[in-house]
Amino acid sequence: MTLTAILVVAAALFGIGLFGALSQKSFVMLMMGLELMLNGTLLAAVGFWAFTLEGAPKGQLLAILVMAVMAVELAIGFALVVAVYRKRQADVVESLGTLKQ
Amino acid sequence: MTDIAFYALSALAIWSGWRVFRVDSMIRATFALMVSFICVGGIALLMSADYIGIATVFMMAVEMMVMGLFMVMFMMNPAGLNPMQMVHQHRFSIGAGIAAFIGLTVAVLATNLPNNPLPAGRDTLHDLGVELLGGSMLIFETAGVTLLATMVGAVVLSSRPGRFGDSDAGAVPPGLQPGGQPAGRKVEKSGGHGGHGGDSSHDMNMKGAPKSDDAPHKRHGKMPEEES
Repeated sequence: MTLTAILVVAAALFGIGLFGALSQKSFVMLMMGLELMLNGTLLAAVGFWAFTLEGAPKGQLLAILVMAVMAVELAIGFALVVAVYRKRQADVVESLGTLKQ
Repeated sequence: MTDIAFYALSALAIWSGWRVFRVDSMIRATFALMVSFICVGGIALLMSADYIGIATVFMMAVEMMVMGLFMVMFMMNPAGLNPMQMVHQHRFSIGAGIAAFIGLTVAVLATNLPNNPLPAGRDTLHDLGVELLGGSMLIFETAGVTLLATMVGAVVLSSRPGRFGDSDAGAVPPGLQPGGQPAGRKVEKSGGHGGHGGDSSHDMNMKGAPKSDDAPHKRHGKMPEEES
């Protein structure tokens, strides 16, 4: 288990997540792509902490921030999905051509 | 031993992450994503980041349950009974994903990474607790306040119209002339369910039917429409 291996795994997760976020039509699947990208970011942050900082606890704060970002993204994302669906009966990206009121 | 566990968990994390976008059932996709997160939590445990690993597992278990609920609420075909293909710009996405992976991998391999591994026997959990409620308390509390603001924002966004009008009242930009149309936007009819792959006969398409009867069933959302 080396830092390089961990970062490569994180890059793979990030790549898959980017593919999902760009290719999926429905909002919820798109958000799963975003979550997968954050998953890779989390892994990279923990890897950097474990292998480059001699265990300084400040390094883990970045991972905690990434987890907070995940929670924020999920909550606000679902709230937006609910709001958009209520306004326009839309649940796929193609239904939204413009940002209107 | 640690190496074997690491490689097994990595392989499972990547494989299940890939399955997320390949399975027909959205519930199965949710669980695949959960498996991926749990594997990353396990890798964090292997790196003796106990707090992060355990917190990831717990948080993701709850989050994926919520996500599964939303899948059932919003999406057609939650059970995966029909083959499902709901993608756009497929080739571009595959290219972007592969480019991101290769680019990041090359960057990792080309970088001279520092090597100061965790000293054996260090009590990381104790250190992290002291740090969180000591020197780095501001960061920790900022994350907490951010989560609070998120809760308020989520409630505001998803609330029904209240006593001050619609929840998005006041979000309309002013018109060019008094009482006129706002600048620079095409008026769109209600979204409808255009573009659900090839399977347009799916019964869940009826969800949006009452509002989209009069509108042409748009498949791309870029059709020019006259101002109303």
